[in-house]
Amino acid sequence: MSIGGGKTISGAVQALTFSRRATVIGGLQAGIGVLLAGRMAYISVAENERYQLLSESNRVNLTLVPPRRGWLIDRNGKPIANNKTDFRVDLIPDRMRDKDKTVATLAQLLTLDQEEVDRINKELTQASSFQPVQVATGLDWEKFAAVSVRLPDLPGVSPRQGFSRFYPTGAAVGHLVGYVGIASAEDYKENPDPILVTPGYKIGKDGLEKTFEDRLQGKPGAKRVEVTARGKIVRELDSRPDTPGKALQLTLDIDLQEYAARRLGPESGSVVVMDCETGDILTMTSMPSFDPNSFSDGIGQTEYGMLRDDDHVPLRDKSLKGLFPPGSTIKPMVSLALLRAGIDPEETVSCPGGLRVGNRFFNCHSTHGSVNMKRANAQSCDTYFYKMALRIGYDAIALMARELGLGAKYDLPVASQSYGTVPDTQWIKKRHEREWANFDTVNSAIGQGFFLSNPLQLCVMTARMASGRKLEAKLLSDEKPASAPPLDISPEHLSYVREAMSEVVNGVGTARRARLPIEDIKLGGKTGTAQVVSLKYGRGGRDVPWKFRDHGLFVCFAPVDNPRYAASVVIQHGGGSSSAYPVARDVLTFLYDREQAMEKLLAMEESWGGTISERMDRQLAAYRAQKELEKAIAEGRVPPPQADTNGEGSAAEVGQ
Amino acid sequence: MASFGFVVLYSAAGGSLTPWAGLHMIRFLVFLSMAIVFSRLKENFWKAIAFPVYIIVVIMLLGVELIGAVGGGSQRWLNLGFIRIQPSELMKPAIILAVARFYDLLPAGQIRTWAAIWPLLVLLAFPCALILLQPDLGTTITVVAGAMTVAFLAGLPMRLFIGGAAAVAVIAPLAFFFALEEYQQRRVTTFLNPENDPLGAGYHISQSKIAIGSGGIFGKGFLNGTQSHLDYLPEGHTDFVFATMAEEWGLMGGVAVLTGFFLLFRWGLGVAMKAKTRFSQLLAAGLSTTIFFYVAINLMMVMGLAPVVGIPLPFLSHGGSSMMTIMICIGILMAIDRHPGRRSGTFG
Repeated sequence: MSIGGGKTISGAVQALTFSRRATVIGGLQAGIGVLLAGRMAYISVAENERYQLLSESNRVNLTLVPPRRGWLIDRNGKPIANNKTDFRVDLIPDRMRDKDKTVATLAQLLTLDQEEVDRINKELTQASSFQPVQVATGLDWEKFAAVSVRLPDLPGVSPRQGFSRFYPTGAAVGHLVGYVGIASAEDYKENPDPILVTPGYKIGKDGLEKTFEDRLQGKPGAKRVEVTARGKIVRELDSRPDTPGKALQLTLDIDLQEYAARRLGPESGSVVVMDCETGDILTMTSMPSFDPNSFSDGIGQTEYGMLRDDDHVPLRDKSLKGLFPPGSTIKPMVSLALLRAGIDPEETVSCPGGLRVGNRFFNCHSTHGSVNMKRANAQSCDTYFYKMALRIGYDAIALMARELGLGAKYDLPVASQSYGTVPDTQWIKKRHEREWANFDTVNSAIGQGFFLSNPLQLCVMTARMASGRKLEAKLLSDEKPASAPPLDISPEHLSYVREAMSEVVNGVGTARRARLPIEDIKLGGKTGTAQVVSLKYGRGGRDVPWKFRDHGLFVCFAPVDNPRYAASVVIQHGGGSSSAYPVARDVLTFLYDREQAMEKLLAMEESWGGTISERMDRQLAAYRAQKELEKAIAEGRVPPPQADTNGEGSAAEVGQ
Repeated sequence: MASFGFVVLYSAAGGSLTPWAGLHMIRFLVFLSMAIVFSRLKENFWKAIAFPVYIIVVIMLLGVELIGAVGGGSQRWLNLGFIRIQPSELMKPAIILAVARFYDLLPAGQIRTWAAIWPLLVLLAFPCALILLQPDLGTTITVVAGAMTVAFLAGLPMRLFIGGAAAVAVIAPLAFFFALEEYQQRRVTTFLNPENDPLGAGYHISQSKIAIGSGGIFGKGFLNGTQSHLDYLPEGHTDFVFATMAEEWGLMGGVAVLTGFFLLFRWGLGVAMKAKTRFSQLLAAGLSTTIFFYVAINLMMVMGLAPVVGIPLPFLSHGGSSMMTIMICIGILMAIDRHPGRRSGTFG
């Protein structure tokens, strides 16, 4: 059957067809050849510049060198935060080939524990491909070298020598200084600067580190290196050094800060010390705290869980964000308001153990008999203040409270502060939509009810009373010391109140044990006990569970005749003011006689079980063990305990 | 032969850039001696072995499939103990031999009949099916294209080819969506737009173009290629060897290579034209076209004109099986060149 139109084909025709068609094929081939040559000429000549650029950007890798952060130093130039040389290893996810194998090899080389491996794996799945994942920092040279020599088999692993943030006093400055950490994906989205994703680069995450980020940051250096496709550095082409961030000098006395933190011991509380001449904050410590060194290295899950679960809230800065009823510590302030309202300080009030207001009886903690203003302060008689406050009305007291800095937010470079409440008739209308009542005056006159302050405010209040000037709390020492204007309060009134406060400690007062063990230096102060639960639970002393115990407070200044320092101490659930004034006494002692104060502290630390970091390490180990046990019980590997016998008992134990 | 020598020399120069050069040269010399042995063999020998060789290679392909099925996963290699070979490579000259032999046997009068077509389709069906199963689209296309060229030269009606081309134009999009494996589909889409995915599948093409483009007219100089030495260019010693060469030798080097190949094909077609028997004519033209396909597809691929298919560049790429195929082709071409044959048989 023919399909070719019936033409007869002979061998000769066929040969002709062949050579004709072979010519066609030869022509086609030549055409393709010309096409290829043309294409190549186009790529290599016309687009040469573009491709040369691409090839260069392939070959040359601009590596940023993280700048050294500016130091934080205290008033005497001692480091609060500095940088230490650090060997570190990071992973760059999009350059990794076999993630599991690489992580396993690193775990073996660096002896990482399972928790670390889990964290790395978790971060690897979460991190965007460009974000480095930290494997380990603070390595010794041997481990660092062990990883470095195996680099060709470990694509995506980046060992570097850099600097890492170091806080010599650890937990003592945690809340105030904050910590640094790797920039988050959101940070990078906001500001897509490649330095943010450079391994080893940290930004301030909290506290002063965050507030002064711009100043502390510095300018990154750069290194141009020739790299292979797998990121292996072939050689360095040139480099520009980094410009370290500027140092920041704080008003803190870091030794005092550390002493105060250690002196708080196992308690949950705050110590603030101010200079009465300048308003400089010498110490603002809040314990328990976290170790900013662990946060800055990327905190482990267990450690974070421990901090989060702790009922002593180590993650909260109690000096600035802890709000407490100031209790009797405001009585000197109330006295000033009474004096200004024309109350004669010698006028006496009879204290039969309380006062009936309307149909309610307000207790005093004792039966004081006949008291004048000085005695009412020294013995902290509530009845006197109930009665006198009712006489002048609460708005006059609230005005005085505000003049002395209560209820105010200060102009401080901190991440946040809770500034509490100074209640008055206006406030209650706005907030609670009711009229101010007499029982409100009674409650607020002794710093209970709606009255809330943070420990820094109590210290500012005391410093203003002690100096007679409107001091502003100051944290940075490079600010020009603005001379604080005198308070609009008669100097006689102030000196009367200071004398009354001296009586608290040096006379027949409530804090006689707070006397400084130093000759010639007299301390003036005022105790405070803030009720946590209503009295029907009984007095919130040491015999009730920790969370029901009263807060212990103490404000003080020294020396009485020429005030130089003011301080406030708040012990959360301390069980009364007796938990607070010994701390204040020792902290102020430290300012005058370090040796004596240290001796005392070391003896106490021995009974508490070591220094802050030793106790924190032990707490972490215990927490980890407990979590393990819980996990084991949940998985049925261990039988659950018969009865839970240590529910509240453990809290009481911690509170000792 | 002069052109051949030139290409060989060039291959050596290009090959010496890489640590594979030594093995490359040894292989080349081994296969060159094989080609020289082949060149001594007469036409009748090739005629005689055409179909048996074809059948043996089909069986080898079948063997690869079976071993692959047993061993699990796709497989292209056949381990013969002393040498590992890729039967699909051997299929390229084998199909040319078989098809050329078939049209040689076919009486001239029947060239425009069905009898000229169905055996061709049968000859193609087995190897194509087996190679596609591997799956290796690039080789399949080369095999089909080689056989088609021989059929075209043998004098099948032009209408069939035009119709066939039209059919391919219709079927290709359908095949793209229904027949291709996903990785093959991806290669085609990335070829159409490589910058879409510069670090993923388009990486090969992008980096290859960067290598060629950054070479400029005179190149970065011998041993100065950064793309290849710093591993940015993938497969810089095999499929993308041309890019490696072009980066260092520039447009000049590229044109030299193209010229070398041009001379080789001119020689190949010249051998075909000079050949006096129909079998040797078809065989010579078919073989040189097969080499041409290698070169054309490979170069189009590295220059971003064709999708990435695993086809090496003759003489320059490192790799045994393809070099063996090329040298078999060259050897047979040399044999035909040496013995153009007497006008006989069908030519009467």
